[in-house]
Amino acid sequence: MTTEHYVVLSAILFSIGVFGVLIRRNAIVVFMSVELMLNAANLAFVAFARQHGNLTGQTIAFFVMVVAAAEVVVGLAILVTIYRTRRSASVDEPNLLKY
Amino acid sequence: MTELLTQGLGEVTRWELPDLQYRYLLPLFVLFGMAVVSVLVEAFVPRAARRTVQLFLVFGTLIAAFILVAGLSGIRSLAGGGSIAVDGPALFLQGTILVLAIMAALLIAERDADPAGDAFAARANALPGSEDEREFTRRGWLTTEVWPLFLFSVTGMLIFVSGTDLLILFVGLEVMSLPLYLMAGIARRRRLLSQEAAMKYFLLGAFSSGFFIYGAAMLYGFAGTVDLGGISDAITNQAGPNGLLLAGVVLLSVGLLFKVAAVPFHQWAPDVYQGSPTPITSFMASCVKVAAFGALLRIMYVALGGLRWDWVPAFWIIAILTMLVGTVLALTQTDIKRMLAYSSIAHAGFLLIAVIATSEAGLAAAMFYLLAYGVSTIGAFGVVTLVRDSTGEATHLSSWAGLGKRSPWVAGTFAVFLLSFAGIPLTGGFIGKFAVFEAGYASGAGWLIVVAVILSATAAFFYGRVIVIMFFTDPQEDGPTVVVPSAFTAIAIASGLAMTVVLGVFPQPFLDLAEKASIFVR
Repeated sequence: MTTEHYVVLSAILFSIGVFGVLIRRNAIVVFMSVELMLNAANLAFVAFARQHGNLTGQTIAFFVMVVAAAEVVVGLAILVTIYRTRRSASVDEPNLLKY
Repeated sequence: MTELLTQGLGEVTRWELPDLQYRYLLPLFVLFGMAVVSVLVEAFVPRAARRTVQLFLVFGTLIAAFILVAGLSGIRSLAGGGSIAVDGPALFLQGTILVLAIMAALLIAERDADPAGDAFAARANALPGSEDEREFTRRGWLTTEVWPLFLFSVTGMLIFVSGTDLLILFVGLEVMSLPLYLMAGIARRRRLLSQEAAMKYFLLGAFSSGFFIYGAAMLYGFAGTVDLGGISDAITNQAGPNGLLLAGVVLLSVGLLFKVAAVPFHQWAPDVYQGSPTPITSFMASCVKVAAFGALLRIMYVALGGLRWDWVPAFWIIAILTMLVGTVLALTQTDIKRMLAYSSIAHAGFLLIAVIATSEAGLAAAMFYLLAYGVSTIGAFGVVTLVRDSTGEATHLSSWAGLGKRSPWVAGTFAVFLLSFAGIPLTGGFIGKFAVFEAGYASGAGWLIVVAVILSATAAFFYGRVIVIMFFTDPQEDGPTVVVPSAFTAIAIASGLAMTVVLGVFPQPFLDLAEKASIFVR
């Protein structure tokens, strides 16, 4: 197993995340896909830290985790509010803003 | 793994505490500290006194931070262990952000324009249209939580324009954005629209920060460091094309272009600008634009300047598309906030010319442009908060018909802001556009400037259309009225107007200041 394997895996995870955001219709699943993108970045950071032999990448992974956690707090607050108003978490249904 | 850990531990014993240079970081510490105090105020101060306490705290903090930033002027240094820049562009843009934030805070503080209270829901968690909501409104509760969110967001912006490594930039980006997502969703009126705006902003904002951090990971893989100067050195020393570098540059640019709302990453902007409470829209349209362009300029100039010939062609296309789509779609809008949103997209296109220039003149021009655009934007959205009918703000363009006949002062002020957006002489917008076009031309982007001038003239048409509607059509029978605001909004609009005119008539001191401040430290 070289770093390359981990980086390829992280690229695959990132792509799954991107496609998830683009094609899934449930806001919670879209949000989970975003989290997958962040964690793919974490994997890449840690793999590169091993390759370069410095600790920067590992430290960054912690920061990204904290940011992801903060994002969950804010995101779920918004999504729960929308769900209580509309009884649905679909990203297609709120469509008052257009043109 | 083991050798890496032992290596790390070995270093710890010899590790010295880095000199953070607290003096240079003081503006950030003051803002962060006061934002935390502001949270405590929410928790411990009785509801009746909260608004007053928060107002003193927020305005005091912003003014103190501005004085501290101004006190650092002339310094060129790195602080915080090399991850925060204290240089001309950082200080100029921080000062700009703080001035614009003070103006936006004045709009947020307004309570007299709407008879029901300020622009924010009595309780954001009460269901729209429910008995709870009516009860909270009747009790006159206010969402003073907007103030701590506001202070955190301003702190994030200050970090975002001064960070010199990708990690700090990412943290700044998130500290700036997360409070904004929430602030977008707490409007008092048209709450469904507001919540929808918050959701769209959040999902697309989080999506773009995913691109940003993955791009940062790729650049780290390429260079072995996330320091912008280190990445620049690695680019200079590389032999031949590199996949990681390419992927990193593309993904990082996508993340940043999302934030500045450049086409094709602009779709969120009109919806979010329209749905958010108008004072918050003014804050987003001005301060976020300044912060995002500050970071974009720093990354493109400092880290990726050596790759200039590789990213400039892509940025040409994006700049042209951004100007074109912003201008054409603004022509077709019927909602005034949406029209201003598309206008801000078009302005992002003009600003991208300064990024493409990659020169000191381009940087100075961009900083002046951001200041001129920011003050006019806040003023324009300030006027939008005043034109109201029984359901709240009357944002449909048709209801603005004949406004100039009924309220010539308000309509005249709005016209000045529109002329500044259009780039008509004697307004700040003209000087800004002229400086940007000049810098772009000097850097050899002649055809781009031709396109930009043509589109700028086209844009003048839709700004002119609004002026014609306001002054040369008859008022509607049951049209909206212009409310008389308290001193807060009046000061914000008046200072926006004054600065728009001053920047247009006596631009030289500001141009000199921007020029002196136009070198990045690395």
